[in-house]
Amino acid sequence: MSEQLFSKKNMKLLTDPLGSNNPITVQVLGICSALAVTAQMKPAFVMALSVTVVVAFANVIISLLRNTIPNRIRIIVQLVVLAALVILVDQFLKAFVYDVSKQLSVFVGLIITNCILMGRLEAFALGNKPWPSFLDGVGNGAGYGMILLIVAFFRELLGSGSIWGHKILPESWYIAQGGFYSNNGMMILPPMALITVGVIIWVQRSRNRNLQEK
Amino acid sequence: MKAIKNFFERTKPLVQKGAKYHWLHSVHDGFFTLFFVQKNTAKTGTHIHDYIDLKRTMGIVVLALIPALLMGMYNTGYQHFAAIGQLDSASFIDTFLYGFLHVLPIIIVSYVVGLGIEFVFAQLRGHDIQEGFLVSGMLIPLIMPINTPLWMIAVATAFAVIFGKEVFGGTGMNIWNPALIARAFLFFAYPGQMSGDSVWVSLGGEKAVDTFSGATPMALAAAGHPQVNVADAFFGLIPGSIGETSTLAILIGAAILIITGIGSWKIMLSTVIGGSVMGLLLNTFAGSNAYMAMPFWEHLIIGGFAFGAVFMATDPVSAAQTETGKWIYGFLIGFLAIMIRVVNPAYPEGMMLAILLMNTFAPLIDHYVVQSNISRRLKRAKVKA
Repeated sequence: MSEQLFSKKNMKLLTDPLGSNNPITVQVLGICSALAVTAQMKPAFVMALSVTVVVAFANVIISLLRNTIPNRIRIIVQLVVLAALVILVDQFLKAFVYDVSKQLSVFVGLIITNCILMGRLEAFALGNKPWPSFLDGVGNGAGYGMILLIVAFFRELLGSGSIWGHKILPESWYIAQGGFYSNNGMMILPPMALITVGVIIWVQRSRNRNLQEK
Repeated sequence: MKAIKNFFERTKPLVQKGAKYHWLHSVHDGFFTLFFVQKNTAKTGTHIHDYIDLKRTMGIVVLALIPALLMGMYNTGYQHFAAIGQLDSASFIDTFLYGFLHVLPIIIVSYVVGLGIEFVFAQLRGHDIQEGFLVSGMLIPLIMPINTPLWMIAVATAFAVIFGKEVFGGTGMNIWNPALIARAFLFFAYPGQMSGDSVWVSLGGEKAVDTFSGATPMALAAAGHPQVNVADAFFGLIPGSIGETSTLAILIGAAILIITGIGSWKIMLSTVIGGSVMGLLLNTFAGSNAYMAMPFWEHLIIGGFAFGAVFMATDPVSAAQTETGKWIYGFLIGFLAIMIRVVNPAYPEGMMLAILLMNTFAPLIDHYVVQSNISRRLKRAKVKA
């Protein structure tokens, strides 16, 4: 092997999606699921993990097959691989974390249609070797998961007064208990998820001027 | 006046470029132009300017809101003393003062938060302070229930100014009416503080009499028992958001806006027509439904209909710009507002949602009005050739 496993180039594949090439905030892919599963942190984390596993292994499989897939049916092949992996993940979640799996409901199945996956398979795995493809998949999954967790943190904190399912705001604060505070019901609704993602994009682009569209 | 002018003239060199307090220049400029129209001469483009600039326009709208504000203060006290059963012993002064002391903090919070954010954005983006918030800051308190906690007003105002206005580029660029964004935010985020029977009347910690319910005419009607005391609803002695109750005060404001040419009479009139048409339609098909059978004109004096039609729908930024478009825009606001009110049980009042919805469609209406004008004239041109 001429190149080291964790060469500078390969590390870039892993870290770029966390920052300047983030799938959600820069490529603006996978927004649907980011809005749907981020009302609480736990499902968001499981979703992020599922997507990471699927995209990483789908990347590897497609990369291994890349020289044998006829160009005209490549999308179908990609879908078959993705669907198989998603079903595996779905069954795994049902078996081991049933309550979270119920919360995520249809959105695990919908990972198949997540633009990030098709995007990575088309743009990266079809033209690169398995190891870089794997790193690219992990990187993009992590970049996706990072945004999901940030959004879910604010939505759960402001919308339910808790973090990871644990109440952190004292009960005595709430109006019903004679206090002054009330949870923001709108944070639970998808519009505020979109606005939260928008704020993250705003913050990121004002810090990194290269990302601003002209 | 002379002293104020001298003060601003004297401090002007201190905020010039390169001077010590340059970072305050937009604040200085903002207050200076608030008091005096500056003697700037145009360097490019149009050379004749009306002295009625944006600040003066906003000033007139705030002036038009004063009757509704004063009436709202009085009504706050009136509802309070009626609820605790001391209406007969409370003097006019007591009544007004109670309302004044409870409404004033809301106004202060709204202005401090809103203008604070405007100032910060003006500094960050290096432009002058935009005066658009002068009106929004007065509208926000007037469309809130009196019992709304102050921190909620602050959060809603911040949300409205940042996400309703600044992200679109500031004053004049917003798609929706910022004051309504503030109310819609609270309505969906904290429904417990924005609807129900307990938020409209300030009890001030005292015990209500047994017959007190606190329900607005809207809530009663939505529950299937419409009972509107026409005189009370017209003069504004009913529970409701602070500034929306008195149709009379709103009509005075409407007169000021129409006479000065600042509010569009077309939008106001077509909104009333739209509401009346929907009301008549409902009357026709009412059957045994008491709310649908409510006389159509009673819809115009309860809830936020009049306030919305006069002060919200006519917001020149978010309304339709073309003259034909204004008729369509206003008509649909009135039509949808009454429809949401009566037909959708989830929302007792439809004015806010109707206006926000039509704000969204206003550019589309304008687009088609302009296009139809173009195609009409093209057709005429072809016939002659």
